[in-house]
Amino acid sequence: MINVYDILETIRMIQDECLDIRTITMGISLLDCIDSDIDRACDKVYDKITRCAKDLVRTGEEIEKDYGIPIINKRLSVTPIAMISAASDSSPVKFALTMERAAKECGVNLIGGYSALVPKGFSAGDERLIRSIPEALASTSCVCSSVNIGSTRTGINMDAVKLMGQIVRESAEATVDDRCFGAAKLVVFCNAVEDNPFMAGAFHGVGEPDCIINVGVSGPGVVRSALAKYPDADINQLADIIKKTAYKITRVGQLVGVRASEKLGVPFGIVDLSLAPTPAVGDSVAYILEEMGLEKCGCAGTTACLAMLNDAVKKGGVMACSRIGGLSGAFIPVSEDAGMIEAARSGSLLIEKLEAMTAVCSVGLDMIVIPGDTPAEVISGIIADEAAIGMVNNKTTAVRVIPAIGCRVGDELDWGGLFGKGPVMPVNTNSPARFINRGGQIPAPLHSLKN
Amino acid sequence: MRAVITVVGKDAVGILAKVSTICSECNANVCEVTQSVLQDMFAMVMLVDITSISVAFSDLQDRLSALGDSLGLKIHTMHEDIFNTMHSI
Repeated sequence: MINVYDILETIRMIQDECLDIRTITMGISLLDCIDSDIDRACDKVYDKITRCAKDLVRTGEEIEKDYGIPIINKRLSVTPIAMISAASDSSPVKFALTMERAAKECGVNLIGGYSALVPKGFSAGDERLIRSIPEALASTSCVCSSVNIGSTRTGINMDAVKLMGQIVRESAEATVDDRCFGAAKLVVFCNAVEDNPFMAGAFHGVGEPDCIINVGVSGPGVVRSALAKYPDADINQLADIIKKTAYKITRVGQLVGVRASEKLGVPFGIVDLSLAPTPAVGDSVAYILEEMGLEKCGCAGTTACLAMLNDAVKKGGVMACSRIGGLSGAFIPVSEDAGMIEAARSGSLLIEKLEAMTAVCSVGLDMIVIPGDTPAEVISGIIADEAAIGMVNNKTTAVRVIPAIGCRVGDELDWGGLFGKGPVMPVNTNSPARFINRGGQIPAPLHSLKN
Repeated sequence: MRAVITVVGKDAVGILAKVSTICSECNANVCEVTQSVLQDMFAMVMLVDITSISVAFSDLQDRLSALGDSLGLKIHTMHEDIFNTMHSI
């Protein structure tokens, strides 16, 4: 018989330590929906999404019940809409409205893919889609958008960086009555991945199969509790504990992914080996870092602790599942992590420190509320800095900042639910405008020449 | 197919009997039981065969968890795969 202690451990992880599957995300290719008549294209998009995903939510709920493990989100990602909308001259916002309608019909809580990939320049449809993002995000509730503006192989498209600074601001301005929520659904990537199950940055890459299931795991609470049992252990021991815990967490992700794929008759893609926090107390990545011995997240030593954590999570998870992908690593979104919120409020955690932390973990400056009067050029500067870290270090980086229109440092935006709440954090106000307005392309780094 | 039923809570008369009754009503065969009482805390783990149960697995889960609520105990009924997957290589 299975060991009783193992059984009780699993139950404790789920009941008390917030172990859950963060998301089952179905990726759906829309390439066969392209049509020069936008209405016809939208009809095809609606039909395809609702046909592929009609059983997704029900299946997720069945698995939840069978295994007693909560699956927090059931989501969809689709082919970047810029590729689908390029064939028509009309405004792509119609696609966003169609995605919203299809997502509601399927019962999922978010749908990603209102996206454009422009690391080296804009092709037909890209710029039109990017300029429509603020309107699309303001007129829908569950559509998420992302734009890839650079990669290690191509360098950074500075024209797109400049444009995205404006678009992030406009997205916040267009949803000012809804606590600037539009900007919380928009991610700017460098080295975007094609099989990411996490929002807001999920889209279904063109190299992916027609329809696929990807799973994102969670479990910061479990890691923290495991470490709490060893207050005097040295760092090697901590790394081992994290590896073992990550293995167990990831195994559950693998099991759920395989079962979902069998039940839905859709191939299983990847498990995203992530520590994804939620605003729930006890489900925080910052608390893990503090458990390792930091007085407050953001103090000296934070980057080192995070680097060790991120690496150990991958090492533990890598053997637990058949295929790994997505963003895989510890996430550090500020508004979605109780410990990060506290550290930011107390002034211990600053954007500059977060930027350093993004060099050693997944993914980037995430869910950070910045003052409402931050100019578009400064946002572009933040995007360029973060993209440079991703480009040079061969990793995915992203920026999801929310300009809190009408708010200043010390105020707070509260969205509730998984998006959480965040204090407005100070930003360096000296202007990078002359640099941003130059435009052009930052050339790919030397180590992109690998062949 | 087997499921693991765990019962955790304050000890009382007849817990095992009540859980087993529901299992037998649903035609779930009890394969193994381990239980321990530490101070006042009762912990029981039961492995049951659910291959030929007469109701849906979710109904069995609901009935057991309702029993737990009425006795002031926590009763979880989970497919054994989750434990096998998590705790073995």
